[in-house]
Amino acid sequence: MSRNEHNPGQPSSDATPGDAPGENITNYLVGLGLATLLTVVSFFIAQTSLVWGPSIPVALCVLAMAQMGVHLVFFLHITIGPDNINNVMALAFGVLVVFLLLAGSLWIMAHLNHNMMMPMPMQP
Amino acid sequence: MTPADAALMDKADMADEKVDRSGHDDPHEAADVISKRIVVGYGFWIFLLSDIVMFSAFFATYAVLSGETAGGPTGRQLFDVRNVGIETACLLASSFTCGLASIGARLRSSRWFYGAMTATFLLGAGFLGLELREFTGMVAHGAGPTRSAFLSAFFALVGCHGLHVTAGLLWLLTMMAQVFAKGYRADILRRMLCFSLFWHALDIIWVALFTVVYLIGSIS
Repeated sequence: MSRNEHNPGQPSSDATPGDAPGENITNYLVGLGLATLLTVVSFFIAQTSLVWGPSIPVALCVLAMAQMGVHLVFFLHITIGPDNINNVMALAFGVLVVFLLLAGSLWIMAHLNHNMMMPMPMQP
Repeated sequence: MTPADAALMDKADMADEKVDRSGHDDPHEAADVISKRIVVGYGFWIFLLSDIVMFSAFFATYAVLSGETAGGPTGRQLFDVRNVGIETACLLASSFTCGLASIGARLRSSRWFYGAMTATFLLGAGFLGLELREFTGMVAHGAGPTRSAFLSAFFALVGCHGLHVTAGLLWLLTMMAQVFAKGYRADILRRMLCFSLFWHALDIIWVALFTVVYLIGSIS
């Protein structure tokens, strides 16, 4: 994994989440600005009548995912660089499990609901 | 102390703390070491991801039950989007000040560290106060967790996040006390790294929460 740790002159070949070389306030300010923008847009389109109604939940989900991405990159300093492969792989597995859990639950329960709605034959 | 000095001390700390994975002192194996900060940070990252998986189970429960109001109040009637907006602003700002605190800790600047940690605590406590006010208001209007499956799922999900924030606030005070008592030691800084990861992760969960529960709940 980390080959250059013993030599302070060389950059480390692994990075931990939350640490970034050359991390500074500008990084956090950009993240804060982007996150604020996405939040304000989310709250705006949830209350406005300017946007076509059925598209609003989809738009809100897309905005939320974008904002989570902004948080990951600017606050948790997850990058796609080679020093972050372990972090990104763990994240990808977490996202997979979350997706399976959410999509699986909704899918199964929707089918169950649908089957329960079937008109039952009346007993004499 | 200047930032350059602090950076040098950081390197010295990292050089002091090696976990030798090879288990012996062969100089050819010395290349195969890894700093403890990276091990701790990665381990805590795995914990956070499993915490998020747990939250996704609560989210799935909520999504399945969100329509089952049993004739009781719906989200549209209960949720105050303005209040949620203020809560979101508090938590987002506290995530930013938490970032400033971790920079302050790295630079060993006590003014930055204590100032930003205090701001983080106040914003987090403000968020928690608003959430508690919302909960007590709902219970007082007969919309407590026992009213319907929807409200049970709502209180479980939002309450679980609130408990995480409470734990985070206690951890925050502990970190301030530890830095005050023990200084910016390498082990204290590793705990500070874990705390900041925890606090940022709570904000990520809140993004999903205010979107799925409050915003989508208030339009449907």
